[in-house]
Amino acid sequence: MPKSDKKINIDYVAQLARLELSEEDKSKLSGQLNDILVYFEKLNSVNVEGIEPMAHAHKVDNVWREGDEPGAVFSKDILNKMAPESREDQVVVPKVVE
Amino acid sequence: MSDLFYSDIASLNQGLESKAFSAVELMQSVIDRTDAVELKINAFVDRDVEDALKQGRASDERRARGESLGPFDGIPVGIKDILAVKDQSLRCASKMLEGYHSPYDATCITKLKEAGAIIWGRLNMDEFAMGSSTENSAYGFTANPWNLDCIPGGSSGGSAAAVSAGEAIVSLGTDTGGSIRQPAAFCGVVGMKPTYGLVSRYGLVAFASSLDQVGPLSRNVKDSALLLETITGHDPLDSTSLNQPKVNYSSALDQPTKKMTLGVPKEFFQQGIDQEVKEAVEKAIAWYGSKGYAIEEISLPHSELCVPVYYIIATAEASSNLARFDGVRYSHRSKDAENMLELFSKSRGEGFGEEVKRRIILGTYVLSSGYYDAYYLRAQKVRSLIRQDFEQAFTKVDAIITPTSPTPAFQRGEKNNDPLAMYLNDIYTISVNLAGLPALSLPVGMTQNDLPIGMQVIGKAFGESDILSIAHDFEKNHEFKNMRPKI
Repeated sequence: MPKSDKKINIDYVAQLARLELSEEDKSKLSGQLNDILVYFEKLNSVNVEGIEPMAHAHKVDNVWREGDEPGAVFSKDILNKMAPESREDQVVVPKVVE
Repeated sequence: MSDLFYSDIASLNQGLESKAFSAVELMQSVIDRTDAVELKINAFVDRDVEDALKQGRASDERRARGESLGPFDGIPVGIKDILAVKDQSLRCASKMLEGYHSPYDATCITKLKEAGAIIWGRLNMDEFAMGSSTENSAYGFTANPWNLDCIPGGSSGGSAAAVSAGEAIVSLGTDTGGSIRQPAAFCGVVGMKPTYGLVSRYGLVAFASSLDQVGPLSRNVKDSALLLETITGHDPLDSTSLNQPKVNYSSALDQPTKKMTLGVPKEFFQQGIDQEVKEAVEKAIAWYGSKGYAIEEISLPHSELCVPVYYIIATAEASSNLARFDGVRYSHRSKDAENMLELFSKSRGEGFGEEVKRRIILGTYVLSSGYYDAYYLRAQKVRSLIRQDFEQAFTKVDAIITPTSPTPAFQRGEKNNDPLAMYLNDIYTISVNLAGLPALSLPVGMTQNDLPIGMQVIGKAFGESDILSIAHDFEKNHEFKNMRPKI
């Protein structure tokens, strides 16, 4: 496990998370997160060689649908009403192509 | 009729059946109680009184036609603000979802509606269920009914406080790392996290998908059993929902109690535990011993690793699950965004509160290139070891008894600036989620300062009947279920 002296690069991680943070947020979070990462080093105390990782409480096999019958769908009205901005049955977003 | 809001489901049913009162009158009693105490408690983020009374009238009409839908017909059930109820607001106590209304019902809500329950209000919580005190709500904190300066626990703090204060007969909460059991302990009520996969997660806003479960909170064990059996069942809409035979938990409680073997993990009674909590739980264990239960000391050697494992896995899953809140199709949208990337990051920066941001950053970090194996993969392996500890223990015992939380409810603001201290509060509850087991908390004592103390009973997978029976035996031989806070 990386040692705690490798400080978390908050700008890089925030960019990965698509999360804008204020300068105040950044300085507060970095300090707290470094403390938490030090605490996470407890996990180094145990030997995990040969141990299978566990992603789920129970063994989960792929679940197939019996038959993929078309069912009821939400009306355009409902979906449009949810969107922060919509026009002519489309969700409006800032321009993505130049 | 004045105390209808503090009655149990069985006596309410009798009253409704014998026409001593109507479902509308019951609902009105809960509404009046809520109006009387809510300024102090703030258990709800939203409540639609007219809609609740309308549901009450529909219940009365069914009963008049001889078409009652069973024990839940006309019973007000409070709902945590993380479960979808068609046409009601759903905000997860976050500014991110201001104005959002659910277009459909969660499966557990569908089941409650089919049982005739009155779906009552939106209960306060830590934002997106991230927290242990209900202080991380964008809609103000909830107070503990036993001491208004204390936190009610979290994240289902509104669900626990409402039941404790008589603002709902029972309620639904969700539990990812203790979010039903810890607030139940702090507010002096019963709260249960079912086995992972027993209750559908469809319509539950995901925090950590491999850990989240919906469960009941109530003032007595039998009401939790009744609520649980109403919401269980396989659901094709949730691929992690398991196809288990339906169990009638409440009627099993009327059978003579089996005297089971109870395991007591020594690791849970060592450092960091409050003396009054320790004594109350030890006293309860001694009571079981005196009543013919076999008590066996056991060891769960990886217990102290459950906090780091949990906060790696839960935040990793959360960072992925919360990526959907991007300000595009729904949720808060920043007015200052000039391009698509800014739209995502500014909307998320403005919409999420501090704890949610902290966990998204942490989860993104442990999943990021170069750190994945060291943190996330390693945590998943230690998760296997934690599950093995339980498997080992359950070869010798039928259930495990621990305190629910190392301390009673703490003062508001006490741990606000120390997230690690707040995370450590979950130390006794989170291993249960990591292993996918069922567990409940029930009140077993009071501190000298008049704060409730909760005891946790952990069962084998699908051992809900056993832990309910163990809890019920204690409850019927003690007076804790009839204690009410002075608000």
